Amino acid sequence: MSATETAAAVKYVTPTPPEEIARVAEWINTEEYKEKNFARTSLVINPAHACQPLGAELAAHGFEGSLPFVHGSQGCASYYRSTLNRHFREPAPAVSDAMTEDGAVFGGQNNLHEALENAYTVYKPKIMPIFTSCMPEIIGDDLTAFIKNAKNKGCVPADFPLPYANTPSFNGSHIHGYDAMLLSILQTLTEGRQIEGRCTGKLNLIAGFDANTGNYREYKRILKEFGIPYTFLADISDTFDSPLDGHYRIYPGGTKLEDAADSINGKATIALGSYSTAKTFTWIKDNFAGKHLAMPVPFGIAKTDALLMKISELFGKPVPESLKAERGRAVDLMTDAHQYIHGKKFAVYGDPDYLLGYVSFLLEMGAVPYHILCSKGTKKLEKELQALLDSSMYGKEGKIYMNKDLWHLRSLVVTDPVDAMIGDTHGKFAARDAKIPLFRFGFPNFDRVNLHRSPLIGYQGVLNMLSTICNKFIDITDETCDDRHFEMMR
Amino acid sequence: MSHEIKTVEGITKESTQEMIDKALEIYPEKGKKKRAPHLAPNDQASGSACVKSNRKTVPGLMSARGCAYAGAKGVVWGPIRDMVHVSHGPVGCGWYSWGTRRNLMSGITGVDSFAMQFTSDFQEKDIVYGGDKKLKTLLEEAHDLFPLAKGISVLSECPVGLIGDDINSVAKQSSKDLDIPIIPCNCEGFRGVSQSLGHHISNDTIRDHIIGTREFAEPESPYDVALIGEYNIGGDAWSTKPLLEECGLNVKAVWTGDGELENIAATHTVKLNIIHCYRSMNYMCKVMEEKYGIPWIELNFFGPTKIRESLRKLGELFDDSIKEKIEAVIAKYDPQMQAVIEEYKPRLDGKTVMLYVGGLRPRHTINAYEDLGMTCVGSGYEFAHGDDYDRTASEMPEATVVYDDVSEYEFEQFADALKPDLIGSGIKEKYLFQKMGIPFRQMHSWDYSGPYHGYKGFPTFARDIDMAINSPTWSLVKAPF
Repeated sequence: MSATETAAAVKYVTPTPPEEIARVAEWINTEEYKEKNFARTSLVINPAHACQPLGAELAAHGFEGSLPFVHGSQGCASYYRSTLNRHFREPAPAVSDAMTEDGAVFGGQNNLHEALENAYTVYKPKIMPIFTSCMPEIIGDDLTAFIKNAKNKGCVPADFPLPYANTPSFNGSHIHGYDAMLLSILQTLTEGRQIEGRCTGKLNLIAGFDANTGNYREYKRILKEFGIPYTFLADISDTFDSPLDGHYRIYPGGTKLEDAADSINGKATIALGSYSTAKTFTWIKDNFAGKHLAMPVPFGIAKTDALLMKISELFGKPVPESLKAERGRAVDLMTDAHQYIHGKKFAVYGDPDYLLGYVSFLLEMGAVPYHILCSKGTKKLEKELQALLDSSMYGKEGKIYMNKDLWHLRSLVVTDPVDAMIGDTHGKFAARDAKIPLFRFGFPNFDRVNLHRSPLIGYQGVLNMLSTICNKFIDITDETCDDRHFEMMR
Repeated sequence: MSHEIKTVEGITKESTQEMIDKALEIYPEKGKKKRAPHLAPNDQASGSACVKSNRKTVPGLMSARGCAYAGAKGVVWGPIRDMVHVSHGPVGCGWYSWGTRRNLMSGITGVDSFAMQFTSDFQEKDIVYGGDKKLKTLLEEAHDLFPLAKGISVLSECPVGLIGDDINSVAKQSSKDLDIPIIPCNCEGFRGVSQSLGHHISNDTIRDHIIGTREFAEPESPYDVALIGEYNIGGDAWSTKPLLEECGLNVKAVWTGDGELENIAATHTVKLNIIHCYRSMNYMCKVMEEKYGIPWIELNFFGPTKIRESLRKLGELFDDSIKEKIEAVIAKYDPQMQAVIEEYKPRLDGKTVMLYVGGLRPRHTINAYEDLGMTCVGSGYEFAHGDDYDRTASEMPEATVVYDDVSEYEFEQFADALKPDLIGSGIKEKYLFQKMGIPFRQMHSWDYSGPYHGYKGFPTFARDIDMAINSPTWSLVKAPF
């Protein structure tokens, strides 16, 4: 640009007039704006999902001595790690092979080999699950060949497990990366093994993409009550909930590799959360001994009942008295507390498996799942959600928004109000604009402490969710009522 | 500037080198050779860098570094509040960097301020057929839905550069069609070795597309300044800007914390640029110096000693009226700061701290700890260059360890050897060290506190450091059984 052109182009700094700001502030809360907002075809604003590699890292953290390995740019690895750090408030050790521009030209093999040797030597893992970020996916790196060459070169011992998953960020979301990585880990660990005709007598349990360590502990507790041996496939509970005792352990937990390898000879396998375990489950059906079942994540009473009955049936053991009593206590709270939640309208959003859980739990309580939004979903999910809504009179008003984002949700909650939202931290702006509470049951939670330790599944989950929700509504009544209605009892 | 040589008992060049050698022992030969030049004992008197920097990260070593996109979105462009910043490419990058840097903003979100996540959410078909058409449409949609946005930045993620999209021509055409500035920024994450290149690329786009396109409506004054490299983390700019104003200066623009596009565009008319984060914005200071003859000065607003020094250095560039105001400001705040020191120093005196942050704080905060009686026994940067390490030498005590792009393993080894009372670093390091029983503060995000800049920031800083080190919770780490 020449100097004269610059001079001609010069304009003055002109702050936006306050009345214009006020006008637009009102306008974005209108039906007219909502229509415009819903007419978007290309711009995504405040999506409620991340990319595949994040889920792959979560699955990779669920195994003993496992060091998640990002084949791609180092910045990607930093993003995934810090997301997990913030959600769990725990370490999330992972490495990358730090591909840069020359990787784009020559491919990432040299980076991969050097990184494998360094990471293996320094961090002494037992397994390094490899997953990809955008760059190698676009330039078409051949991981099968790269890994074979790495072993031939001696970057890692020939028998060192290096599962890998293609997890392109321009396809699916974090739940699909979880599935792809878990599948590859199981394929690698069971490689060369056959169903041996002997049975471990164990239940293989897959939780699906679930970033609530309390849920994992709760599943294990339930199985302990039953007295059923199990192998948790991708057990992140100790990885992301390790004790503080003055020692840092890089690998504080995870499923034992030998147990995972032997899961092929299990008595039964239950995959919870069919949207984040679909590929893994399909493969298991063809390759694992015993019975195979895909079941929903057990939010609420009915889904928990179904899981317990299925476990009981598979293992020929009655549901233990202790769990029956727990069920009774959960139902006791539900009847005690129903008046604080019955008829309340909710906006819910999140990952498909959790979303199905929120909806069935709310329907059981006589609450109304009103705006139901998934920013990365399918027709199948939409149908399943609709069937759930159709199963209850409290589902009649519910409306499903598939592949819409949290800016759409904002339009919904300001034009057609609800009493509360259920989702993850990212919904806090919409909740604030709508002046309603947000219950952070989803992933990630960046702004409240300790929530990942409170189980949401099973009968305990019912107790936790219900006390959180109902007490918040009661708090709101106490904080907002006039003096005459400020009462001792609620 | 000559500094008194600071020493730490028990730390010598030999002891530090021994600690470094021990940490390197575990590496394979090649890794050792690559890492060794990045670790060294400080030579305080030399005033020059003792380590190599701004080199590629060693593959497979746990590095805290981010990428060029992170430097562009998170640091330079993201904080400009009245623009829509589009993360162009797949959904992840924008999602991870959404609200995770704490560059606070004024205004109403979604109306005249846009701390949100805008993305083109690339799918397979966009990779195959290219995303230029989608970009054109989404720019129209953004303009339509956010009419008060003063401009739009298009921040490229890795795929955009790899598939050969031409965001520059789309931005140019759409800018004409929509009559707002649309700035294409080719900050793909694979470029360069760290966030640093993203800062540089972003500075270049400001130079090419923004600077000089506006002028302030009010008449110029000899006291017009801009505050550069102040990102308003936890409200820092809301401490430093009023402080400079109290000194009699007109802060016409802040780059880019709580920043406004048009003010940034008119910065070429100021009389002085005051830079805080040298690493991320020295480029534009140099451009404005060459092109518009605007001098620049590098200041440090952490802790009363450095603030006082900085303000007086600043006063030298102005007439007596400013000098007098500065002295009055110092006289007003010094006793308040002294009271803070008197409250906290008895509990912090003699404590040690290790730092590992981005491109500024590993040197700029050292003296603030010293104001509280503490000593820095190790420091290093994620993405600094040689000129940053030059500036660090004089701040750090003699022979203390300097580490560049430290791997998590090295950092752990050093902390284990030095047993600091506090570590100030990032979220990825925080929980590792806390598990070791070492008090920790996040020094990128002020651990969700702040501000830490200026006189307003120091009491908060002192309180937080005291709270971290002296929390009774640390005494419970060891079980009695």
